[in-house]
Amino acid sequence: MVKYSVASLFANALHGHKKWPKQWPDAAPKKAYDVIIVGAGGHGLGAAYYLAKKYGVTNVAVIEKGWLGGGNTGRNTTIIRSNYLYDESARIYDHAVDLWDGLSQELNYNVMFSKRGVLMLAHSVHDVQSFQRHIHANRLNGVDNQWLTPEQAKAFCPPVNISPGARYPVLGAALQRRAGTARHDTVAWGYARAAAALGVDIIQNCAVTGIRRGADGAVQGVETERGFIGAKKIGVSTAGNSSVVMQMADLRFPLESYPLQALVSEPIKPVMPCVVMSNSVHAYISQSDKGELVIGAGTDQYISYSQRGALHILEHTLASICEIFPIFKRMRMLRSWGGVVDVTPDRSPILGKTPVPGLYVNCGWGTGGFKATPGAGDLLAYTIAKDEPHPINAPYTLERFQGGRLIDEAAAAAVAH
Amino acid sequence: MTGFRKTGCGRIAEAQVIHFTFDGKKYEGRKGDTLASALLANGVHLMGRSFKYHRPRGVMGAGSEEANALVTFDRGPGRVTPNVRATTLELFDGLVARSQNNWPNLKFDFGAINDVFSMMFPAGFYNKTFMWPKSFWDKVYEPVIRKLAGLGPAPTAADVDHYANIYRHCDVLVAGAGPAGIAAALAASETGNRVIVADEQNELGGSLLCTPGTIIDGQPAWQWLKESIEILKSRQNVTLLPRTTVIGYYHDNYLGLVERLTDHEKNLNPDKPRERMHRVRAGKVILATGSIERPLVFAGNDRPGVMLASAAQIYLNRYGVAVGNNVAVFTSHDSAYEVAFDLSDAGVNVASIIDVRPTVSEVLLEQARKRAITVQSRAVVCRTQGRLKITGVHIAQMQDQNIITRPTHIACDCLLMAGGWTPSVHLFSHSKGSLKWHDDIGASVPDLPNENAVSVGACNGTFGLTAGLDEGAIAGGGQGKFSTSATEFGRGQTWQALPTDRDPSKIKAFVDFQNDVTEKDINLAIREGFKSIEHVKRYTTTGMATDQGKTSNLNAVQIASKAIQAPVQQVGLTTFRPPYTPTSFGALVGYRAGDMFEVTRKTSIDGWAEENGAVFEPVSLWRRARYFPQGGEDMHAAVTRECEATRKGVGIFDASTLGKIEIVGPDAAKFMNLMYTNPWTMLAAGRCRYGLMLGEDGYIMDDGVIGRLADDRFHVTTTTGGAPRVLRMMEDYLQTEWPELDVWLTSTTEQWAVIALNGPHARKLLEPLVDGIELSPESFPHMAVREGTILGVETRLFRVSFSGELGFEINVPAHYGRDLWEALIKAGEGYGITPYGTETMHVLRAEKGFIIVGQDTDGTITPDDAGMSWAIGKKKLDFVGKRSLDRADIKASGRKQLVGLLTDDPDIVLEEGAHIVATSGQSVPMTMIGHVTSSYWSAALNRSIAMAVIKDGRALTGKSIYIPMPKKTHEAKICSAVFYDPKGERLNVV
Amino acid sequence: MLLIRCPYCEEDRPEVEFSYAGEAHIVRPVDPSLMDDAAWAEYLFVRDNARGRHYERWYHIYGCARFFNAVRDTVSDKFSMTYKMGQPRPTDAEITEANNDGLS
Repeated sequence: MVKYSVASLFANALHGHKKWPKQWPDAAPKKAYDVIIVGAGGHGLGAAYYLAKKYGVTNVAVIEKGWLGGGNTGRNTTIIRSNYLYDESARIYDHAVDLWDGLSQELNYNVMFSKRGVLMLAHSVHDVQSFQRHIHANRLNGVDNQWLTPEQAKAFCPPVNISPGARYPVLGAALQRRAGTARHDTVAWGYARAAAALGVDIIQNCAVTGIRRGADGAVQGVETERGFIGAKKIGVSTAGNSSVVMQMADLRFPLESYPLQALVSEPIKPVMPCVVMSNSVHAYISQSDKGELVIGAGTDQYISYSQRGALHILEHTLASICEIFPIFKRMRMLRSWGGVVDVTPDRSPILGKTPVPGLYVNCGWGTGGFKATPGAGDLLAYTIAKDEPHPINAPYTLERFQGGRLIDEAAAAAVAH
Repeated sequence: MTGFRKTGCGRIAEAQVIHFTFDGKKYEGRKGDTLASALLANGVHLMGRSFKYHRPRGVMGAGSEEANALVTFDRGPGRVTPNVRATTLELFDGLVARSQNNWPNLKFDFGAINDVFSMMFPAGFYNKTFMWPKSFWDKVYEPVIRKLAGLGPAPTAADVDHYANIYRHCDVLVAGAGPAGIAAALAASETGNRVIVADEQNELGGSLLCTPGTIIDGQPAWQWLKESIEILKSRQNVTLLPRTTVIGYYHDNYLGLVERLTDHEKNLNPDKPRERMHRVRAGKVILATGSIERPLVFAGNDRPGVMLASAAQIYLNRYGVAVGNNVAVFTSHDSAYEVAFDLSDAGVNVASIIDVRPTVSEVLLEQARKRAITVQSRAVVCRTQGRLKITGVHIAQMQDQNIITRPTHIACDCLLMAGGWTPSVHLFSHSKGSLKWHDDIGASVPDLPNENAVSVGACNGTFGLTAGLDEGAIAGGGQGKFSTSATEFGRGQTWQALPTDRDPSKIKAFVDFQNDVTEKDINLAIREGFKSIEHVKRYTTTGMATDQGKTSNLNAVQIASKAIQAPVQQVGLTTFRPPYTPTSFGALVGYRAGDMFEVTRKTSIDGWAEENGAVFEPVSLWRRARYFPQGGEDMHAAVTRECEATRKGVGIFDASTLGKIEIVGPDAAKFMNLMYTNPWTMLAAGRCRYGLMLGEDGYIMDDGVIGRLADDRFHVTTTTGGAPRVLRMMEDYLQTEWPELDVWLTSTTEQWAVIALNGPHARKLLEPLVDGIELSPESFPHMAVREGTILGVETRLFRVSFSGELGFEINVPAHYGRDLWEALIKAGEGYGITPYGTETMHVLRAEKGFIIVGQDTDGTITPDDAGMSWAIGKKKLDFVGKRSLDRADIKASGRKQLVGLLTDDPDIVLEEGAHIVATSGQSVPMTMIGHVTSSYWSAALNRSIAMAVIKDGRALTGKSIYIPMPKKTHEAKICSAVFYDPKGERLNVV
Repeated sequence: MLLIRCPYCEEDRPEVEFSYAGEAHIVRPVDPSLMDDAAWAEYLFVRDNARGRHYERWYHIYGCARFFNAVRDTVSDKFSMTYKMGQPRPTDAEITEANNDGLS
């Protein structure tokens, strides 16, 4: 792997950039591997990388039905944070943030992880209570999250409207400073290049059509568009298509796949210094390094794999954005798109073993998978390598839905009285 | 100065002279100009700087596909719009615009240093560097990159314009009013169909606007156009929408159209919305969106003065502006010849036509000879000269994609490029219609539509005028029988990058002009392994600029296809996504702004609260009075006073927002038994019970006092925020699980105003006002409901208490709410009646250990967790949530249980949400065992109280726990949550 | 915005009048106490989440306020048919016929 640096950039420039090698080779599938990862998104490629780098498993292939990084990894609003309420959540997301911090150096690929801060706005007494509960829990868990008054919030992010006359006035905010954003595509490319350099085969345009199992029920390999490929272990990381893939192993999961839309504005000079999220006035926003405002909100209401979604969702999202940022009403939407997200009943992921021996799963990240990318990859790799979950992902079992030990981050936001 | 204005050309009135300012300099223009045409008329080509390299750029096109000439349109504070295309900005007298992305000015931009060092900035360079030292990314590199990035200036003031929206329905929507669209509209509207015609331009006509010489059915094109529009205007069933872009085509023939209403007007009427979003549901959609010309990819193809040939024709024939005096034409398509001939006929010198193709049609050669225009075939422009404006080109002969002759130089002040035509299939693709690749035109055309839609004309790959008119008419249900003078549209080729005589690694042949993506970048991407077009796009950023690849996508895909040596279909076409052109947030927001952003639900008593100084809080969509400060009180003082007054005298509280559902029918009790944990069968008519509702997962979902009016009638209350959820869940079960039950539900939340009276004087106050109800404790026990009248108004009177004091909730028809409230205030004067808000309500109930669903519970609390197993009917075989209570983790120990907390220091009021640990002195991460759910100062106890959920809390009663705060750790003891009057004796006051 | 045919109102109405109500034909067990935790969890949480033909429910919340069933393709988002609550799952033949009706 050629080391990327300003020096190599200069050296190559002198040769008209003709000498840059492929970032990952076009691999032709071998007959069999020790581990097959299904799904070359950020999580899957990350898992392959960590299997090779940290856990000594290099005979790995990542098999992808389209082009790598082309699923939700290439479509999200790039927000990274770990200020979740429950201990289990704080641990898994903070593990990811720890890995984000230093990922560019580790992969020798600039993923542009920017610790510009995530500001979550509180618009009602209930919001304030909920956020303060988060802040207290975060503090005792060692996750940075602090309470700001409306004036402090505006000082941190000047475009925010804190007028008390607003329909949902800002009553304060929770700020996680070491949270922020990264460039989504580059994470996939960075992991792909580094994994390939360690011997991992990345096989694109090769949809998995079945999971073959032996008489003992254990996995033997995957059927694909290019034929059967053997594997001792299979890790499935296919996000919105997880139900489809798990059904290939006769497993039915507690998942529902919804469209999730996002949009960008035309690029302008810097105006948004951080990420701003509002749960009650539902929308979130940041500004990319190119200058575009990146905006997202909630899912469309019905199950769909179409990756489309309706215009009125974007209308509501932008109404919320303009309510919080009246200066943006003259900005123009440049492009909108959609992905498909798999949602669990408690909105927390499933990351671990399945009832099928040799089959491991990473799914259910819903609308919040990007932030977990390095963490999910690492933990999936660990679980596959050791055939046991790591303590951090141990609570995220499929079985928790039976016993009732859910990790329900969304429940805490329920409104009543 | 009339050098570039050609008299006798164009549609705009030559006499209406107006003035405008660009980059601080005043210019003359004409009414009907765009900023671009007016600047060209003044000989100004330099209009912008490119994104990455800050190269000087002139306007390239004449329409919304423009990639270079982006300006900031300033019409005063709150009305500054960045990134406006000079080609679509309609001129008015006094217009002010500025170029962007340059410093200190457009002619001399320091940013051009990027161009000098461009070899360090190939595609994807930022992925390869800026990684060391690590801390520099956040502190140095990223801030600099962000400052250099972006195009237009960031907004600073709130937008003062407002926007409108409207729903429309029609039988036929015609998108695009060029010839095909107009023919379609004429045919469709003739038979009475409701037709909407939308076109992004300020005038209908499309390509006809720049081809005045064409004859259609015996009439000059503009005459035919004028008459056709008049016919359409005269038809009641036709709506014409110029200045309206169809931005997106969604499911089931639903489309978004944005109409621009005021940006072109000199005088702004503050009542007029700036833009209007039309949300259209169409029976059928006829797509007549035309096509866009492709640039050619060759060294130096981005200098100011290098333009699309079709743009030059539009500037001349529509705006009367010549793009130069000495114009060279570089083409791979016949269509450029007509442009050259029009320019020549208007007196412009055409320096040469440089045709890439080996042979040119004799008809065209003859026309060129007549005008003394040199045509060179099998020729390429292999490089250009001129920094702020093109001054000349080098031309050479080509064979097998190699330069075979020494280049010769010719001077020119404008170079037109014509690389073929790309059908505009954006809307068709939004709707998930499939495309098929046509090698002969080097573009995709619509194949199978996914909705009830048909594509006509150029956007369908039908390039001839006659054929386009016919297609449009047939799509509109008419007949295709047009005859025109238009020659066959002509043939052409499309090319990837064209050869140069210089070292290819040292020249710049632009593909995406705005993002500065060159042919080299695309080849680099392919070399590095990015082989699908989506990868190429994301790696190089081609097609990701504000024009979304309208003039670059196909060149990019063909260059990639050649580099991979695979057919275009394998490389793929990037996905088309709405909006077709950038669309104001405001247009999407429409009316949902300011006061209309969201409804605010108010009770009938709300007005009194507002007039009497209440401070409100939002609860779900309602606003509720939180407290009533008097004489400068802060919340603490007001709440303390309200609490004391209620417990000592009588307090009055507006409880109207609570959800109410009337459940009626022979199976009402059966239904209640299934929906709530409690047993209802034996509850006598006239009695009330506190109902607990669980989700099927066993967690507390809602609660409320429920009164049984009769065997078959229950008056159910819910939490304020939970009402819609509860009703929905009830309807769901009733309609889908137990439809055999004979019971029906009616939401009565808004029908009843509810006034709560709490305090020892409540009965005394109420008695004289009530008729038909005996209020004595024997006749009207706690948790009972009676019907009668109060001050002549029908009432359902509940004896219920959320405060622990003697309490009544008076339900009257909602429109009597305020009158009754005022009457009670007056009647209560002698008893010191005190209005109180939700904050006091919270304190009073907390003193009695009553939960607030959503505050003390959070969707993870079971009845047993909340200490409310008593609310479960033990003999009931089934109710919603029952089975889940039997799950392993629900029955396990270690669950968080509701308890009370009393701080060791009575003056410390704990923070709600503060987390609890069993032992002090832990280091982070601490082992948390619960959190504080409710916390108040209790006037009644003259100390703080709190409720919390703590693991195995009940077993820990009496034990000390700790609440670590940033500055100090507090200590508290676990106790019962019933802090005040644990025996409930206050209810028995006479 | 989807256009949805309410089988009670017998009209095509826009999506914003409706609320999606999950997978259809998930019958609440008559006696939940007979189920073990795994079976109960399956009832509560496990879903087909079909990529393709999906049987689902909608609630005409801003219309007649009735729940009804639908067959919709979750890849194309196109409805094959909607049918009243309480009616059984349509047969393949019925769905094919409904699709063909939609095309004509």
